[in-house]
Amino acid sequence: MTAYEDFAGREIVPPREGPDPVNVPMIRHWAEAMGDRNPVYLHDDAARATGRPGIVAPASMTQAWTMRGYAPAPGTGGTGAEELNALLEKDGFTSVVATDSEFEFHRELVVGDRVSVREVVESISPEKSTALGVGRFVTTVRTYTDQDGEVVAVQRWRLLRFRPENQAPKALRPRPAINRDNAFWFEAAREHRLVIQRCAGCGTLRHPPGPCCPHCGSFEWDTAEASGRGQVYSFVVAHHPRHPAFEYPLIVAVVELDEGTRLITNLVGVEPGEVEIGMPVVLDWLDADPDLSLPVFRPQEND
Amino acid sequence: MSSLSGAAAIAGIGATEFSKDSGRSELRLACEAVLAAIADAGLKPSDVDGMVTFTADTNAEIHVARNTGMGDLTFFSRVPHGGGAACGTVQQAALAVATGVADVVVCYRAFNERSGVRYGLGQADRPVETGADSAAYAWLNPFGLSTPAQWVAMFARRYMHEYGATSEDFGRVAVVDRRHAANNPAAWFYQRPITLEDHQASRWIAEPLHLLDCCQETDGGQALVVVSAERARDLPHPPALILGAAQGSGDDQHMMTSYYRPRITGIPEMGLVGRQLYAQSGLGPADMDAAILYDHFTPLVLPQLEELGFCAPGEAKDFVAEGNLELGGRLPFNTHGGQLGEAYLHGMNGIAEAVRLVRGTSVNQPEGVRNVIVTAGTGVPTSGLVLGADR
Repeated sequence: MTAYEDFAGREIVPPREGPDPVNVPMIRHWAEAMGDRNPVYLHDDAARATGRPGIVAPASMTQAWTMRGYAPAPGTGGTGAEELNALLEKDGFTSVVATDSEFEFHRELVVGDRVSVREVVESISPEKSTALGVGRFVTTVRTYTDQDGEVVAVQRWRLLRFRPENQAPKALRPRPAINRDNAFWFEAAREHRLVIQRCAGCGTLRHPPGPCCPHCGSFEWDTAEASGRGQVYSFVVAHHPRHPAFEYPLIVAVVELDEGTRLITNLVGVEPGEVEIGMPVVLDWLDADPDLSLPVFRPQEND
Repeated sequence: MSSLSGAAAIAGIGATEFSKDSGRSELRLACEAVLAAIADAGLKPSDVDGMVTFTADTNAEIHVARNTGMGDLTFFSRVPHGGGAACGTVQQAALAVATGVADVVVCYRAFNERSGVRYGLGQADRPVETGADSAAYAWLNPFGLSTPAQWVAMFARRYMHEYGATSEDFGRVAVVDRRHAANNPAAWFYQRPITLEDHQASRWIAEPLHLLDCCQETDGGQALVVVSAERARDLPHPPALILGAAQGSGDDQHMMTSYYRPRITGIPEMGLVGRQLYAQSGLGPADMDAAILYDHFTPLVLPQLEELGFCAPGEAKDFVAEGNLELGGRLPFNTHGGQLGEAYLHGMNGIAEAVRLVRGTSVNQPEGVRNVIVTAGTGVPTSGLVLGADR
């Protein structure tokens, strides 16, 4: 039995009387707000003409008579309600949306009635996947009684308590298409090593890498580790269109490494207006996300 | 007897082992097979100047050529429709050899059809594509370099640095395009010329490119009909003779990002096209009466003028500023308004304008046009034409 199942049948709000008796000013505000012009809610004469003893409260207002104020004192929810809430929050079901409210009305409320409410858990669903996120449906029964303990209404009330999906996670940088010819480079980058493919036949460095040496035709190769020093060969300041993974203006550069090969990269620690072709730069690492680390370059500090 | 009959032969064959799991990339398989065939023919990779494969192949010509050190290519072609392409690749090669547009053409096909994408499993749940073309973007996209404007901007910045060109020098190209489009009722920017000030005030897209350095995007179509010159003389319009038709893929060619060559201020593949066009036609830059130059972005118009011999490297900015591209100038340019002004149809609308220029029917018709040079996309393996009036 889970903790949630323990709640079935349990009273989570003991009988609690509303702060005010049924009264005309609150009825009038409600009727105005709802645009309900039925005179039995506003005029004694009209109400009496229908055989009622006087002004009655709209049935849909029942819940309003027992609502807590805007700043309820701690503990007013009842210990059962607080326990259930704590359990839901512990499991991450911090968000709430009301999904169902079914009323059964026993008599109309008249001015001067004092309404109390008692709330009992009917059921708590297993975890469900919903469009809003994973959550549990909590169904309770609220029983409304008058000053004599007579039942005036019964409400079946259902909430979805859910774990909110992450708020718009930051977009990931576009994925490189990894294959047998380039995987080594991205794997080295994850270890923060900038490597350059080197032909095992003639020693020529090449980037971007490929399976075959264009100089000697060898398919054998290893790698050399770059010193991480180079200079800006050319650069672009991208403004439009914008991809959500990047911040703009975005500086993309072709850096020529001291080893002689060039690579496309980003420049960091420099404003777009300060970049110049020929500017000495040094290697830095960007851990863009858990699966992607990329070499970036920043201006070389002057000693 | 067709002139193709007996004009070409297969001189070398080569393959990898045939397995169920090669353990190597498809590109590597292609390189191995191609090198084996070249060796079997007793040739070197640098002897190859033509390549043909299937549209279904993941190993684009440039990747195989770059890795095997072929250098320049003057012919590359693809044949569609899966296995139906096989003999078609040899036909393409034979046509190229018979007509002299290439001397040594390699036909190839390589894949990991069993360990990789199995055709037999059907089209559902295709794995992420990691062929050489997709993998090429691995060096760009993670850094946010993903649009054509950005790719061109990298070349433009270096060109400005080496030659002292400015954004205004690029802007003058846009102004000419839009001036010509303003007279062309078929142009999107009909009656909407711009000034250099408009260009300078337009917003940044990818510095150093402003909005008005970038062509529009267009929905449309364009078609062309090619017949023999003899037949054309019997048809209603004056023929636009194809005096030269050439392709070019340069050494160390990438798609839009050939940033790894010793210098990136020129467009070597366009120079390769130009040299073939002049050799085929027996004409030279001085014989060209108008030019339709590919203008998806203004900066790459300048090195085209240099590669095609209209001015020396680095001098295109002066060539443009002196008004040579205007209707009354030395080389009237993009008289339809170009892709910036008329429409972006991947250059096909420019070929149609060159035909109109030869016919004498352009809305911006200069006097005495006989020969027109036309170019295709820049930054990519490209092509060109020289069209001329019947003599």
